[in-house]
Amino acid sequence: MIVKTIFSGFGGQGVLMMGVSLANSAMNKGYHVTYLPAYGAEMRGGTANCTVALGDEEIASPVASEPNYLIVMNAPSLFSFQNRVTSEGVIFLNSSIIKDRPNRKDVKVFCIPCTDIAQELGNSRVANIIMMGAFIKKSGVVSPDIYLKSLESIMGSKKKSLAEVNRKAFATGFDYVKE
Amino acid sequence: MNKVLMSGNNIIAEAAIRAGCRFYAGYPITPQNELTEYMAEHMRRADAGVFIQSESEIAAINMIAGASAAGVRVMTSSSSPGISLKQEGISSMAACELPGIIVNIMRGGPGLGNILPAQGDYFQATRGGGHGDYRTIVYGPGTCQELADLTMDAFDLADKYRTPVMILADGMMGQMMEPVIFKKPKPRQYSEKFMLRGAGTGKSKFIRGLLLDPIDSEEHNWKLARKYDVITKNETLHEEHNIEDAQLVIVAYGTAARIAKGAIKRLRDQGMKVGLFRPITLWPFPELKLRALSAKIKNFLVFEMSTGQMLDDVRLALQGYANIEFHGRPGGAVPTPAELANVIARLCDKND
Repeated sequence: MIVKTIFSGFGGQGVLMMGVSLANSAMNKGYHVTYLPAYGAEMRGGTANCTVALGDEEIASPVASEPNYLIVMNAPSLFSFQNRVTSEGVIFLNSSIIKDRPNRKDVKVFCIPCTDIAQELGNSRVANIIMMGAFIKKSGVVSPDIYLKSLESIMGSKKKSLAEVNRKAFATGFDYVKE
Repeated sequence: MNKVLMSGNNIIAEAAIRAGCRFYAGYPITPQNELTEYMAEHMRRADAGVFIQSESEIAAINMIAGASAAGVRVMTSSSSPGISLKQEGISSMAACELPGIIVNIMRGGPGLGNILPAQGDYFQATRGGGHGDYRTIVYGPGTCQELADLTMDAFDLADKYRTPVMILADGMMGQMMEPVIFKKPKPRQYSEKFMLRGAGTGKSKFIRGLLLDPIDSEEHNWKLARKYDVITKNETLHEEHNIEDAQLVIVAYGTAARIAKGAIKRLRDQGMKVGLFRPITLWPFPELKLRALSAKIKNFLVFEMSTGQMLDDVRLALQGYANIEFHGRPGGAVPTPAELANVIARLCDKND
């Protein structure tokens, strides 16, 4: 089993952080994992994306030509990547910002207004963690416990209060998507 | 020892510091900036560690040559165009028999090219790159774990043979994160007699690459050649993957070998018996091991992210004993396992 996920959005939305946190969780669960960021001549306001491949076997290519999951935080990302998703794959989109919807019928779509929810929680920067809550619940690739522990270990020495904020954001996203 | 998730660039830097590298000089270039950045931050935690962001790539290679002569473990890193600039210094280190590690995180070329992963520097790395009759040991790691292990081994080999060692990876290996476990480095074995640390009351020592007398110079060249023969005999590394029943074997290294493994999985699911021969040392090339395979395997496909460079070494190794096909994607294009699988499936049809 190998599962590939692409995270994409504006630079500054914490898109790479989403990938790093998932990759760490996968490692802590004992999976093989690769994390590959798009790198290079990016600019402020431009797009950022990364790919995480995880599974119980050796991962050959860290590139996802047909990802199982796609998380899009802004509209350009949806247009860039929606046609790559494998048939029966799942797209998570930030419906606070993205007004369009995927034009494919063979994929499942979850619309999470994570930027709005983040603002309601009083911290617009946790939109990515809210999205991760929804993603972890629906994908089930790692358990919420492993994810939150991994997230805290990456954040490391940063303020303790941040852990609490992230926990709350994660739970809100987790609860937003129904069983 | 715990597993940690780190990017290839950071892994090389961390492995180097753990292996006792105490002098690093480099100049920024994508896609290896994180290596220099990591050294800037972490070299200071090492006892007497020195980090210098040099004014140029040329300065960096000459700085590490100097520090190496003074007896410390040294490293510099760059990406393709920057490595071209370092060639005179690498030739000089080989001539002076100075150990040191040069990391090339390859990008698309020629010229400035682009910043994407490519394997176009194989000739430069394995043929010596600079002028004169010399070779550098070249590692072509294929996983982040190998980046850690081979970086440490590179320091040991550089000391053992008193020669520069190159780590040849590409932008994808540098940028990609994978879990890694750092092994315990071996204690350094390098004689003080090769270090310039001030003569004190003893005899003065001299390290130089300028040998004006042709007899001295010829003797020095043959001495280096004998050393390269010993390295060739003792230090080749390779991996064989799904070779036992293979009817076709892909020869690929680094990122291309990873892609090949993905393609092999797809092809075997379809019933095609395909294997992989992955050179880990690119120089010395595992020539005899590859030739041995040709006794039972008659079809090989060389796959590189270049227009065909290692292809020459495969031809030299197989000496016409087997058919050799080639698939290449140069200039920063990264093929998918599906693409390579399609190429091979067509070949298998043709061979039937």
